Order: sequence, then structure tokens, then C-alpha cells
Amino acid sequence: MKKQDKTDRKIVTGKMSRRTLLGGVITAAVLPVQSLFASEAKAEKQVLTDIVDDPTKIIGPGPSPLGKRSLFEQPVRKPSDISSRTPLQDMHSTITPADLHFERHHAGVPAIDPVKHELLIHGLVDQPMKFTLADIKRFPSITRTCFIECAGNFRTGKTEMTPQDILGLTSQSEWTGVMLSTIFEEVGISNKAKWFLAEGSDAAVMTRTIPIAKAWDDAMIVYAQNGEAMRPEQGYPMRLLLPGFEGNMNIKWLRRIELSEEPYMTREETSKYTYPVKDKIRMFSFELDARSIITYPAYPQKVNKGWVEIRGIAWSGRGKVEKVEVSTDAGKTWQLANLQEPVLSKAHTYFRHLWEWDGKATEILSRVTDETGYLQPTLAQLVAARGVNLGGYHMNPITAWQIGADGRVLFKPETIK
Amino acid sequence: MNRKTVYILAFPVMLFLMSLKTAFTSMQAQSPSTDSLKRPAKFGFGRPATAQEIAAWNIDIRPDGKGLPAGQGDVKKGKLLYAQKCAMCHGEDGTEKPGVKLPGSALVGDTSANSKPKTIGNYWPYATTLFDYMRRAMPYNLPGSLSNNEVYSITAYLLNANKIIKADVVLDAKNLYKVQMPAKKLFIMDDRKGGPEIK
Ligand code: HEC
Repeated sequence: MKKQDKTDRKIVTGKMSRRTLLGGVITAAVLPVQSLFASEAKAEKQVLTDIVDDPTKIIGPGPSPLGKRSLFEQPVRKPSDISSRTPLQDMHSTITPADLHFERHHAGVPAIDPVKHELLIHGLVDQPMKFTLADIKRFPSITRTCFIECAGNFRTGKTEMTPQDILGLTSQSEWTGVMLSTIFEEVGISNKAKWFLAEGSDAAVMTRTIPIAKAWDDAMIVYAQNGEAMRPEQGYPMRLLLPGFEGNMNIKWLRRIELSEEPYMTREETSKYTYPVKDKIRMFSFELDARSIITYPAYPQKVNKGWVEIRGIAWSGRGKVEKVEVSTDAGKTWQLANLQEPVLSKAHTYFRHLWEWDGKATEILSRVTDETGYLQPTLAQLVAARGVNLGGYHMNPITAWQIGADGRVLFKPETIK
Repeated sequence: MNRKTVYILAFPVMLFLMSLKTAFTSMQAQSPSTDSLKRPAKFGFGRPATAQEIAAWNIDIRPDGKGLPAGQGDVKKGKLLYAQKCAMCHGEDGTEKPGVKLPGSALVGDTSANSKPKTIGNYWPYATTLFDYMRRAMPYNLPGSLSNNEVYSITAYLLNANKIIKADVVLDAKNLYKVQMPAKKLFIMDDRKGGPEIK
């Protein structure tokens, strides 16, 4: 099995090493009727398996313990020093494969032994308690699909930018865990508690304060992502999930919750994740405002004259997507896009709009309206409402793509001032 | 087994499966009420936390001073500690020099709201946050390594460098939370609730 895996992996290089060849020989050698020469020939064939002329004429590799992507499909995240972005332009629907979920952390990804990890709940509670991961998993569980988006998810500045570059700090998973309210009932929460502090077990010992209403509404402690144990970058072995709230508050590697009458004013809710609004600084923006983006066609793709299915995602931290409109004439007119069912609350919603392109240069845009009646603004509207010193948080402007007469698609960066 | 036998055998199995399915569906229809009826007041999972366990992790500090530990520190000691443990990433005097990108953030500026970059002087609303954050996360390369006295001293140094407290102030649990931060008056809570308005 292992050996066959090795041979497969070598395909990428296109060259065959001696080791690969031998590996192939050994694999093939268990077939009794073949001469050494024939086995070698087979080894070579095997190396090229994925690109044979006629796949109906050669037996492919057998079953394996762990699947992998086609050699022709290699979507990757885009890491910087502090984060790694989801390749939204490579996605065909709304669930983000766990290994492509965006990452953002303030002191790296901790290595945590799930057997030793414990969650402490204390403060304004009847009985301070400690729960192991095994304890948390024993409680009635629930599964929910929602997005997580970093509050600092906006980049602009040049035309050669992909959806990943512009807003790749949003991803969606099917999360499984326990309702935080179930755990709070177990511990017994004092009426005086209005907020709770959540703390991570990473080297930043990340902390945020969350209003208690979120705990009774839809907050969860989750341990699984897309059916399997959550990834380390996403908070293994357990994290807080606050559907619709800014990513940073969904504390990963959760180790402690403290109930309190008032907020703690941690660094991440004062010095960071706050932003200038005119001559003030706005803090405690929890919900992420409705946003959408066309992910196809987008830079670096090219389109041909004729029928083009415009595709993208839309979401709101305040509930369901009500509608998505698409413009193919630089915002002069708008048409309703089709929404992929089911449309879930606080979830990436896939939209599609069929367009017959006449081959003339134009701009395509999308804008979402959420169930509260909020319509995704333009950058100019955000500047008018908040002033020119926008900061980088809670930015959700409409994204425009420029389509050239040659079919090239480029981002349309807008200037703030 | 030929095909015919398979069909003959499969038929009763199918009937059985169908009846199971009906039973399951009706179970499902009832399940929410049954579940909540069955749900206990307490599951009894987990265990009580000891006072020592809480003390070991309970490192947060509130704006009203709750959580500030015993100990004290002054500007002079803080300046020395800063030079030893922080300057390499946050700059010799905590300021950003033109054209130099610091590995850490600039920490010292002035107290005018319009100044850039954002620093403790012009952007931090609470002095308690500084103590809390530095004790848990700094120095970046050795998080959690500072003693309480060291954190008090570095806090004093940085507050003084930002022209918020005088050079002779000794900080401790009784006075640190009373330090008035110039940026406090700028902060407003988000009051948006959704709806059509762009704010
Ligand atoms: C190895 C480099 C390094 C060292 C040494 C270091 N820091 Fe930092 N510091 C950082 C980085 C990086 C950040 C930003 C972390 C983040 O993004 O969450 C930071 C952030 C901070 C902040 C928050 C700034 C803000 O505006 O939010 C403070 C305060 C701070 N450091 C104080 C200190 C003090 C005090 C020391 C010495 C005891 C120290 N640092 C040592 C790298 C360092």
C-alpha cells in the first residue's frame, strides 16, 4: 500500500527516480506471472497512471487508506505571516474543505493533547466546573452549517487580485458540538451574569468578552468540522462557535469561560477589532454585515463571448440572505440571481446568474440584501457613513470585476479618499 | 444463489425495512418532546473545579481593577526591563522610526486622537488591558514569563513614555485601574441592529 502511494506521489515531478522504480518493482513483484522486465514496464506505466491515453485499458491503483485530490486539482490556501486565505475562486459550493479553511491566529497553532485538555467554567456560576473533551462529547450534540469570517477581511489596491486575495478570510463548515446553553445549564449561571470571557489555550492566551444573550441564543462549543475532528488550525480539540460574530470571538483551543457582570475590555476588543467612525472609535461590533462576491468569473480567469454562468457567495452575520442581485453593466441595472437552496441563516449562500456576454468590455458586480433589509453598500457609502479613516475592520463593500474585450477579468480596486 | 432466489429473499427483508422506517419516522416526529421530557436538570458530566485550579488560570483583569495581583512597579525599573526584553521588537523607545518596520507594534506615541500610528497613548481606553495583555502574551518570544512586579514596572514605563502618568508614580493593584486613558472618551459601543441604514 505504502509503496504504491510513493509511486503515485512521484507523478508530480514527471521524472521517475530509482526508488520509485524499485518501489514499483516490489509492488509488482507480488504478481507471480510477470517477468522482471514486465514488472519494470508496469512500474513505469503505473507512474504515469493518471495521464494514460486510455484509462479503460489499464487497471488503476487499488483502494487506499486516505484519499487525495486529483493531481489536476491542487487548490491551496495563501499564507502570510499571520493568516492563510481560502481559495474561494476554486470552490464550487459553500462547504470549505477543512484543509482549505482560512487561518488566523496571534501566536501560532498550539499542539494540544486532547486527553489532557480541559475546559474551566467559573465566575458567576453556581458551581465552577472542569470538563474534559470526553465530557463535552457526552452532552447532547448538534450539527450546524455556518460561516466564520475574520473581521479584518478586506484587501484592495491592485487589479491582479483574486477573491482569495480580496476576502479569503471567510470559510464555511458543518460544525458539530454542544450548545453552549446546555453547558451553562449544567454549571448553573447567576442572574447577575451579563457577559462571559472566553479564553484560548494558545501562546496568545486569546481572550474576548461575549454578551450572555449569545450563549442562550445559538453559541456552541464545537469539536468536529465537516464530519471529522476539527483541524488544529481551527481550534482542536474544541472551540467556541458564535454564528455570525466576527471570527476572532470564536475562541479556538478553548480552555476557560468566566461569567461576569461586565466586559473585560481585552486587548482584542479595544486596541484591535475596533475602527474609527468619524471622530469616534467604534467597539463591540459583533455581527458581520451582509456581503457578497462573484467568484466566477474573477481574476485570474478568462471568459469567452456567449453564455457565462456568473457564480458567487453571499452571507450575513445577522441571518439569512434575502436576495442577491447581479449587474453586468457596471451597476446601471440589476437582476435577481438564483439562490442555491437551502438558504441557511448566517451561512455562505451560493448564487448563480446566467449571462450572455456580447464581448464588449464591461463590469460585473453583486450585492446582497439580508433578512433585516440591509443592502450591501458600496465603498463610497461606507466612507460617507464612517469617514475616510476606515481602519480595516468590518468592511463589506460591493466588489466589482472588470471584463476586458479580450475576456480578461480584473479586480476593480477603488480608492477611499 | 441465482437472481431469483435473491429477489425472493429480498422481499421480506424489504418489508421489514419498510416497517422499521415507519416506526423510525413516527419516532422522529415525537422526538423533540420526548427528548426534552427525558432531559435531566443536570447530566452530571464534568467535575467541580478546585480553588487552586481556578487560581492557576484566572489571570484576567477587569477595568474596575478586579484581578490585579499583589506587587508593584515603577518607571525606572520598567525602562530597564523594556530595554532588555521588548526593545528588540518594539523599538528602542517604543516608537516607529520612518522607513523602519518593527517586528512588533509601535507602543509609544502621543495622546492626540488623530496621530498615527495607533499606540497606547492615542488608542488604548483602559490601563488594565495593558497589564492583562502583557502578562499573558508578551514578550512574544517568551509569553507568560514576566513576574507581576515586572508587568507593573513595564506598564508604568509605557504609560509614562506615552505621557499618561508621571515618572515617580509607583503602580499597584490600588491605583493602576484608576489611570485615566486619553483615548477612553473616543470609544463608542456599536449600536447597529441591522436594517437598511448604512452606518
Ligand atoms: C519577538 C518580538 C517581540 C518581543 C520581544 C516583544 N513583543 Fe510585544 N508584540 C510583538 C508582536 C508580533 C505583537 C503583535 C501580536 C499580535 O498581533 O497579536 C506585539 C504586541 C504587543 C503589544 C500590543 C500592541 C497593540 O497596539 O495592540 C504590547 C503592549 C506589547 N507587545 C508589549 C510588549 C512588551 C512589554 C514586551 C517586553 C516585555 C514585548 N512586547 C516584547 C512582538 C514582540
